[in-house]
Amino acid sequence: MNRQIARLTYVALALVGVLVVMTTYWQTWAAAGLADRQDNAIRRVAEFSIDRGLIFSFEPRKRLARNIEREVDGRTLFFRRYPYGRLAEHVVGYSTVGRSRTGLERSLNDYLTASNANLSTLVDKALDELRGRPVQGNDIVTNLDLDAQAVALEELGTTCGSVVALDPRTGEVQVMASSPGFDPNLVEESFQRISRITADCTPAAPLLNRGSAGLYVPGSTFKVITASAALESKKYTPDSSFVDPGYCTVYGKRVNNFDTSRPFGTIDLTNALVSSVNSVFCNIGLKLGAKRILDTARRFGFYERPPLETPADERLPSGLYRNGRLYYPRIDSDVDAGRMAFGQERMLVTPLQMAMVAGAIGFGGKLMEPQVVDRIVAPGGRVIEKARPVLIRLAVSQSTADSVAEMMRLAVERGTGTAAQIPGYSVGGKTGTGETGVPGSNTTWFIAFAGADEESPPELAIAVVLQNQSGTGGTTAAPIARAVMQAILQGTENP
Amino acid sequence: MTARNRELAGLVVAALIACVALASVTIARDAEVAVSSMTWGAMFLGLYVVAHVVVRRTVPYADGALLPLTAVLTAFGLASIYRLDPGDGGRQAVWVAAGVAVLAGALIWLRHDYRVLESYRYVFGVTAVALLLLPSVPGLGQRVNGVRLWVDIGPLQFQPGELAKIFLIVFLAGYLREKREVLAQGRLKDFGPLFAIWGAAMIVIVQTNDLGSALLNFGIFLAMLYVATGRALFVAAGLALFVGGAALLYNGLQHVQDRVTIWLHPWTDERVYCALNGELELRQDCASYQLVKSLYSIANGGFGGTGLGEGTFASTDGTQLIPYLRTDFIYSAIAQELGLVGAAALLLVYMLFVVRGMRVALQAQDGFSKLAAAGLTFGFALQTFIIVGGVLRVVPLTGITLPFVSYGGTSIVANFLLLAGLLLISNRANTPR
Repeated sequence: MNRQIARLTYVALALVGVLVVMTTYWQTWAAAGLADRQDNAIRRVAEFSIDRGLIFSFEPRKRLARNIEREVDGRTLFFRRYPYGRLAEHVVGYSTVGRSRTGLERSLNDYLTASNANLSTLVDKALDELRGRPVQGNDIVTNLDLDAQAVALEELGTTCGSVVALDPRTGEVQVMASSPGFDPNLVEESFQRISRITADCTPAAPLLNRGSAGLYVPGSTFKVITASAALESKKYTPDSSFVDPGYCTVYGKRVNNFDTSRPFGTIDLTNALVSSVNSVFCNIGLKLGAKRILDTARRFGFYERPPLETPADERLPSGLYRNGRLYYPRIDSDVDAGRMAFGQERMLVTPLQMAMVAGAIGFGGKLMEPQVVDRIVAPGGRVIEKARPVLIRLAVSQSTADSVAEMMRLAVERGTGTAAQIPGYSVGGKTGTGETGVPGSNTTWFIAFAGADEESPPELAIAVVLQNQSGTGGTTAAPIARAVMQAILQGTENP
Repeated sequence: MTARNRELAGLVVAALIACVALASVTIARDAEVAVSSMTWGAMFLGLYVVAHVVVRRTVPYADGALLPLTAVLTAFGLASIYRLDPGDGGRQAVWVAAGVAVLAGALIWLRHDYRVLESYRYVFGVTAVALLLLPSVPGLGQRVNGVRLWVDIGPLQFQPGELAKIFLIVFLAGYLREKREVLAQGRLKDFGPLFAIWGAAMIVIVQTNDLGSALLNFGIFLAMLYVATGRALFVAAGLALFVGGAALLYNGLQHVQDRVTIWLHPWTDERVYCALNGELELRQDCASYQLVKSLYSIANGGFGGTGLGEGTFASTDGTQLIPYLRTDFIYSAIAQELGLVGAAALLLVYMLFVVRGMRVALQAQDGFSKLAAAGLTFGFALQTFIIVGGVLRVVPLTGITLPFVSYGGTSIVANFLLLAGLLLISNRANTPR
C-alpha cells in the first residue's frame, strides 16, 4: 500500500499547493484590478481613512471643502463637508461613499489623498503611517473668486445658464458658475432632493457643469471666429464693404437677418460685427467655405476638450455636432457654411470655450491654457505644485486679433453690447442669440474681455450663456456679464 | 533529542507565536502592550503542556511534530477570532481546551490498542450515515444559508458532519482492509458497497444541500479505495459517477446551480435577477456578495498584509462586509491581515501536517492503521482544499470549516479526535519491540 500512500501524499500536497498559487494570484496579479472595482468597500474605507486635503478659493480665501471625523469600527474616517456648497459645487465636485466623486475631488484625488508620486508626499505619508496617524492629503488652492462666483449665481437666479470668467493673460479661471446648482452636502444621504430640483429648463440637470460641459448654439458670438477667419484669409479687411439686403441666399433659400425689416444697405465688416448683421457673415461664410472657418475655430481650441484640471468627461469639445457626436466635414459642401458663419448649423459650444475665444482676441491672439487650480500645498505648507501660464498657441495673428478686438469694443460702445459698458474700463464684447426654433426659448450669449484701457492687455474675459430666453443676448446676457466683470475688476462692496 | 522533547520545544515556539499574535492584536486595538496577552500566551502554553504530558504518558513514541503543528494552527485561529470578536476568541479558547480534553480522553482510552475499533466498523459506518442525515430530521435540523448543517439538541448546537467524517474513515479503514483483495479483482458484484456509498453521498446532497461535506466524504472514500486496491481505474470510475450524479443534480437542484453560477461568474456588468430581494441587481451585490467581498479582503492584504488588527472588515458606515467571517471565511480575514507571507505560512503548516500524517501512514504496519492514517490525513487536506479553494474561487464555495482555525466547537473537537487517531497509529508504528 505504500506506493499508493506516497502518491496520495503528492495529491494532497498538490491540493494545498494550488491554494498557495491561487492566494499568490489574488494577492499580487489580481490585487490591483480588484482594488479598482467600484463595489470594493475595503478600498473605500482606506480612501476615507485619509485626512483628505482641503480645497480653498483664491480670493477671498475660504475653505470650499473640509473634513468631519467619525469613528467607525475602531478607526477614524474623514467625510467631506462643503461650507460654501452651492457656490462652487460644479468645479469642486463632491467626494462621497455612495456616489463616488466628481469635479476636482475626482480629478485631483491623488493629490488630495497624498497618493501622488511626489517625493516629499511619499516621505510625509510614510512618516504618518509609521506614527500611526491618519495620512494627510495635500491642500488645493483654486483660482476661484468666491465673491464674483456669488454675483454670477445671483444674477443667473433660476435661469438655466452659466458664467465663465478667466484672466486671458494667465488662463486663471476665476468664475465658473452653472445654474441650476445643487448642495453637494446632500449627495450622500438625500440625493433624491437634488434630482427633484426644478429650474427654468428641462431637464434641470443640476449636476451638469454647464460651464465646461454645457453645449449651446453659439449664435452671433461665433461671428468673432468668422471675422477672424475672414481677416486671416487676407481676402477681407475691417473696411471691406458689403451690401446687406436683409437676408442672404443659401442654396436658393433666404436666410434672414435677426431683424429683416431694416436692411443695413452698404456696410463694412467692422460695422457688420458691431450691429451683428447675419447676411454679411453668411456671405463671408459662403465665400471662405466651412473648412476654412472651422480651421480658425480649431486654432481657438474647438474640436478638442479645453484643458482644465477638472475630469475630462466633465469637459466637452466645441464644434459641429451630428447625431450627438462631434463631426468634422470632409469637404466644404457637407456643411452649410453660410449659416455656420453666424453660429447656427449644428455648431455647439461651451461657455469655457467662448471665454477662451474672447480672451485670445483680447490678448493679441494668444490662447492661454485655462487653469482653475493655482497651487497644491503639502500638509506642512510647502507648495508642491504651482500653476504657471501656458500658451496653447497663437490662435490668430496679432493684427487680426487687434482688429477683431476693436470691432468688439465698438460693439459695446455703440452696437449690440452697450449694456456691458463699465465706466473707466475698456470692454469689448459680442452678443449672441441662438435660435432654437421655439419662440421664447432662445439661447442668449455675451462674450467679452475687459481691461483698464485699450493699450494694455485685458485682465478679464467672460462668457455668459442663458437658456430659454425671449430677449436677445444684448438685453439678457450682457447685463449679467457686466455685473460679474465689475465684481472681479472692482471687487464687491459687501464681501 | 527524543520525539517528546522536540514536541515540547515545538510547543514553546507555538506559544510564542500565539503570544506575539495576541499582543499585536491588542496593540493595534488599544495602542498599548497589555500584560493580558502574556497571560493568554502562558495559558495557551499550559494547555498544550497538559496535552504534551498526556501524550508523553500514553503514546510516548508518537510523531513529535503533529501536536506543535496543531498548536500553531489553533494559535492562528485564536488570534484571528480574538481580533474579530474578543468574546468569540474566549469561547474558541474554551473549545480548544475541550478539544485537548477529548484528545487526552481518546489517548487514555485507546492507549493499549486502538485496533479494537476495527471490530466495530459497521457501528461506525451506520453512525456516520445517521449523523450525516441528522440535520434533515424535522425538528432537529436547522437551516443556515439554505444548507442543513446544524443540529439543535436542547441548548447545544453541533455540526454532525464533522464527526461523521471521522466515523466514516474508521469504518472505511476496517471495511477496505477486509475486502481489499476481493475488490482488487474488480468483479462487479463486489461493488455493491461502492454504489451504496455513492448513493448515500447523493442522498446527503439532496437532503442537506451540503455539497461541501458530500464532496469531502466521497473524496475520502475514493482516496482510501485507491490506497486499499491500488486501482486508479476505480478512482476514475468513482469520479465519473460523482460528476455524473452532480451534473444530474445540477439540473435538478437550484441551490447547486446557484453555487456553480456564482463560482463561474461572480461579477456581472448587467443587473440580473436577485433571489435575495426579488429585484434586479448586479450579481456582486447579491448572490456572489460573500465571495466577491472575501476576494477583495484577500487582495487588500497584498504581499505583507495590513497587520493583525489593522485589516478592514466593515464598510464606511460600520456594517460587517463578509458574513461568516469567523467560520467559513476565516481564511480571507487571515489573508488580509497577514498578507501572502502569513497566508502562505499557514498553508505551509497544513502541508507539514499532511506530510507528517502521511508519514504515519507509511510507517504503520497493519492495513487498518495505514488506511485510517491515510484517510484521516487526506480528509484533513481535502477539507482545507474545499474551503480555502472555495474562498479563492478555485472550486465552488461550500461552507465547511477550516481545520483547527475556524470558529466552532464541533470542528475543533472533531479535529482533535483526528489528531488523536494519528498519534495513536504513529505510537504503535514506532514502538520498539
